[in-house]
Amino acid sequence: MSTIENCSEELLILREAVRKAAKEKIAPLAASIDEQGEFNREVESLCWDLGLLTLVLPPQFGGMERNEGTALCIAVEEIAKVCASSALLLIIQAVGSFPLVHGLSPLLRDKVLGEIGEKRHLVAYLVTEPSGGSDVAGLKTRAVKDGNEYVLTGAKCFATNGGVASLYSVLARTSEQKGARGLSFFLVERDRPGVKIGRTENKLGQRGSNTTEVFLDDVRVPASHLLGEEGRGFYLAMKDFDMSRPAIGAQALGIAQGAFDAMVKYSVERQTFGKFLAEHQMIQSIIADSAMLIEASRGLIYRAAALYDQGKPNTKIASMAKCFASDAAMKITTDAVQVFGGYGYTKDFPVERMFRDAKLTQIFEGANQIQRIIIARQVLKEVGFAV
Amino acid sequence: MFAINAEEKMILETVQKIAAREIAPRASELDETAGFPHHAVELFAENGLLAAIVPAEYGGVHLRLLVYAMVLEEIAKVCASSALVLIAQADGTLPLIHGASEELKRKYLERLADSRPCLTAIAATEPSAGSDLLSMKTKAVRKGDKYIVNGQKCFITNGAVADFFVLYAYTDPSNGARGISAFVVEKGFPGLVYGKNENKMGMRGSINSELYFEDLEVPLENLIGAEGQGFKNLMQTLSMSRLFCAAQAVGIAQGAFDHAVHYARERVQFGKPIAALSPIQFMVADMAAGIESTRLLTYQAASLFDVGETKKAGTFAAMAKCAASDTAMRVTTDAVQIMGGYGYMKDYPVERMMRDAKLTQIYTGTNQIMRLVAGRSILDV
Repeated sequence: MSTIENCSEELLILREAVRKAAKEKIAPLAASIDEQGEFNREVESLCWDLGLLTLVLPPQFGGMERNEGTALCIAVEEIAKVCASSALLLIIQAVGSFPLVHGLSPLLRDKVLGEIGEKRHLVAYLVTEPSGGSDVAGLKTRAVKDGNEYVLTGAKCFATNGGVASLYSVLARTSEQKGARGLSFFLVERDRPGVKIGRTENKLGQRGSNTTEVFLDDVRVPASHLLGEEGRGFYLAMKDFDMSRPAIGAQALGIAQGAFDAMVKYSVERQTFGKFLAEHQMIQSIIADSAMLIEASRGLIYRAAALYDQGKPNTKIASMAKCFASDAAMKITTDAVQVFGGYGYTKDFPVERMFRDAKLTQIFEGANQIQRIIIARQVLKEVGFAV
Repeated sequence: MFAINAEEKMILETVQKIAAREIAPRASELDETAGFPHHAVELFAENGLLAAIVPAEYGGVHLRLLVYAMVLEEIAKVCASSALVLIAQADGTLPLIHGASEELKRKYLERLADSRPCLTAIAATEPSAGSDLLSMKTKAVRKGDKYIVNGQKCFITNGAVADFFVLYAYTDPSNGARGISAFVVEKGFPGLVYGKNENKMGMRGSINSELYFEDLEVPLENLIGAEGQGFKNLMQTLSMSRLFCAAQAVGIAQGAFDHAVHYARERVQFGKPIAALSPIQFMVADMAAGIESTRLLTYQAASLFDVGETKKAGTFAAMAKCAASDTAMRVTTDAVQIMGGYGYMKDYPVERMMRDAKLTQIYTGTNQIMRLVAGRSILDV
């Protein structure tokens, strides 16, 4: 199994390259990206240059030969250590590309996937709606077939990169009766008539990622823009989660690691009561708990990614990785602010940003309450008990 | 249990009204612009709340601490920053009540009772002296009819807006805890220089300032008590102040809880309100248990102070501060969770409450220090 300790030469090279770029190019921008709350084109360019926005495409379109799930996690972790917003860019690109990679007809596949790298197309993933967050099967956007076209109508919200992407993977209802089986994915180009970008959200954290409403008002796309077969949308979304949830875990892990490194560094510099903070057992206890959570998260995440890369079922481990790592990140960042004391609460140090960034990892890509239900169902299924 | 009389009830109802009508509607803007709640301060002054714990003989309302805790809780439910202004006010008042001469009390406590706002603060923290207050470096040297003070303070709540504040400095650096003295410093005293106000993650509607003292001149009569009594005076104040922080934390948690419960009953997912889902019910139960138990612990600490069981009260206040702030952090984090993506947006107040809650684990003694205080007192070591 390719865990992070014994991963291939190729992945180690990727890690070094991303780590270097993150430290030298992204880290110095992170505070101002957060402060301004705006998408950063400089970081985007850097990620294109490094090939990080085509990682999960087939190799001929700039993707990895193998182990793309692990590669995504590695890149996300390294960038999230310094800037969670920038790491989210990679995740959404992969998540949005997934239905295209697995659903585009041979006719369109080469053109669309080829142009992602050539024209530097960002891809967003339009699934969430105002009335349906965790409840994906309840979504209301409709796609109605009209001759050789589908007509899409509906409102999507919380779309990461919604305002900056050129391509959207849109989940819509194609059949009334069949619940989850009535959903299908479509490729929608942003410049199609009827696509309207709504307002940009003002968020607690990950403020450098662009989150918008996207309205689809009688948007017509050719029938060939249906991704996979009609009614397979929910299935594609679930498969997408097998790749994205370890990556969200990796983002949480990177945030936690970034806060942890800052906390440890501060604890060996700051003196109180005549000793370094690090010499107080209370602080040592926080350091030990954080280190345990980080290592356990890392184990889960790279195991889930390796299973994905090997084409083996990973739904249970992927949910565990996402849930465990994000809960760990929330706890570790909260404690990191604590170790910094009053200073940690000010915007002069990065830990308060990491604390705000961490919270989102408990919420998106399936709230942690949903992850626990998935994990329990998988466990119970293994013992032959259906829920 | 923790009964309040008719008059106290009336005061609380007034506070609830002010909180709902005047403070709540401006909480979000105050946070966004990192302003100062002048509007709240005006109302506090009109209603005697800036002198809430000042004894009646100096014109104050002289609330029991139990009732004052309830007042802070009500305000913190809607705006933690506005509550923090009142807490800093009490912190600046207590050293005078505990240690000042009759003359100083008349001079300064009566000003707090005026219907025009008069703000105070407590200045103890320094860049290298947070939890470890004995490491403070500010020094006061007696010279003729004045003390000349040099040094700096940081993170001082109300610092830049206070009309006067209580300053702690070494008068005898060789004498440790017995070498620290307390002074009343007025805005405008020569040598008082204001530094920057901090850009904070939360409680952005309160001001935390750096203060610099460059040969600051303080009249001899502004010494509180005798030289060397400052640290004891400070500990006495902090011991009570923890109670205020606990009450604020309970209020923040209750405010976030109320929003989350309301949302859970309205938001439909999987064909029913999420309130019908057991994971949500479990979270709500844990949140409620945390809030109710820390509220009782806070009231218990307040009541112990009110009946004069000061030592036990100090231990209870430390436990209440630690438990209530940890609860507030957990409850606000879970309130954002229940509200999902919406909770993460600035359109709803819970993300602000989560940012606000974090400070209650840190200020007026970090929770690590609270555990030391409570642990040592219980173990009698």
